[in-house]
Amino acid sequence: MTSETNMTSETNETAPWEPKIIAFLCTWCSYAGADLAGVSRFQYPPNIRIVKVPCSGRVSENMILSALKSGADGILVSGCHPGDCHFISGNMFARRRFPLLSNLLEFVGIEPGRVSFSWVSASEGEQFAEIVKTVTERVKALGPATRLIKKIDQAA
Amino acid sequence: MPTINEKLTEEIRTQAKALLANGTVAAVIGYSRGSLPMTVKPTVVRTAEDCGKLVWNSFCVLNLANYLPEVLKSVEPPRGPRDPKPEGPLAKVAVLATGCWSRNIVVQTQEHQVDPERVVVMGVASRGMVSRRKVEEQFAGREILTVEELDHDLVVKGADFEEKINRWSLVRDNCQTCTHPDPVLVDVRIGEPASERKNPNPFQQVDEIEGKSSEERWAWFTSEFSTCIRCYACRNACPLCYCPTCFVDDAKPQWVGKSLDAVDTGLFHLLRAYHCAGRCTDCGACESVCPMGINMRMLTKKLNKDVLNLYGVEAGMQPGSPLPLTTYATNDPQKFIVTEAKAVKEGV
Repeated sequence: MTSETNMTSETNETAPWEPKIIAFLCTWCSYAGADLAGVSRFQYPPNIRIVKVPCSGRVSENMILSALKSGADGILVSGCHPGDCHFISGNMFARRRFPLLSNLLEFVGIEPGRVSFSWVSASEGEQFAEIVKTVTERVKALGPATRLIKKIDQAA
Repeated sequence: MPTINEKLTEEIRTQAKALLANGTVAAVIGYSRGSLPMTVKPTVVRTAEDCGKLVWNSFCVLNLANYLPEVLKSVEPPRGPRDPKPEGPLAKVAVLATGCWSRNIVVQTQEHQVDPERVVVMGVASRGMVSRRKVEEQFAGREILTVEELDHDLVVKGADFEEKINRWSLVRDNCQTCTHPDPVLVDVRIGEPASERKNPNPFQQVDEIEGKSSEERWAWFTSEFSTCIRCYACRNACPLCYCPTCFVDDAKPQWVGKSLDAVDTGLFHLLRAYHCAGRCTDCGACESVCPMGINMRMLTKKLNKDVLNLYGVEAGMQPGSPLPLTTYATNDPQKFIVTEAKAVKEGV
């Protein structure tokens, strides 16, 4: 994904709009949880695009804002439950940073619910499916993202 | 009868001269007269004879902590990046500091940018710095030639007018809401110490924006930052910004586009503010240097409010304790987390 790529596709007249949600999943828990959801055949909406990261603490504000800029309708960041981090405390640092970012985004007018955070362990396949359902429903209710998206044809 | 600032200027000159003459410090960071009315130049004085250049007034809006790491490096013997640290104690540097600047020195110490042993803080209690923009707005269309300062008033003179205005009404917003005017670190005291100011709600401006709807906030954000020319003066004036390569200069990956596109400028300001989370002391240097008069301080102020509410920390107030985002507690608030239980409750 180059920074200038615009993911907002032309909406087809016949097909209803489906949100695109970027999910940053930590490789040790949430990615394995997503894997388990697949292996166990739990159904969840196909709207998420998974990006595997080493730890939820690795997810920087750059990645989240870059995804929004490129046209993502929603963001989900998921890591290990507090106390279960493979790197002992990566998710604890992440937990300090995330509310600051989501509050700041809300402060400048990004709708609450576009950026979500969750904890999913490697054994929580069913829970992962549930969380993806909730997040997708929330983003669907908000409609397509219109703010902070860089449109190349209009760019100065 | 000398004014408060004349007395402070005299005291700063005497103290700086003494520190340089007896060899305690190799340099003093202060202010000298600017070439335009209502301006002062940040100045590094290295000899006792030059101390007469130093001044103190209500227009010292830049944060002198910004220059501290560089000046400290300049008084060390030259060495390559991999050369070992020279033996023995290194030369010290004295710096003038008000409440917020001294808090920035604490943050720089916590981030290992500054060795506190090598810094002599000349603490001045701040009376609030005057916003040049506010004065110019009062005299829109008229050229201001000189501004003289009395204790509680400013005398503004032009070619054909002379007016006296109350000083406090022209003080910057961040100084008006400031609760810690007195420096947290003082090695050499200049003037009288000031007591903590009481302010029932220092975050009133932030609350006003928070009270708006999502659409109104987006409209505010886009209009406020639409005039940005990406000169990066706000970044350069900030004592927190010392990365060798700033995220805005990164090309691979290029997180923020370099154009004047509204989204690129918006992302620049969001990221700049976010990088200051838990570190910003609300010194107002960013806003004071902005050539376009953008109130980018609102973003950092919002983050300061959240850091205080969530983690109970004000940047630079607790020397010796870690910065809020470099530590964690096992019981940090996590209401924002989407849980499976919530998912079931929402009936999805």
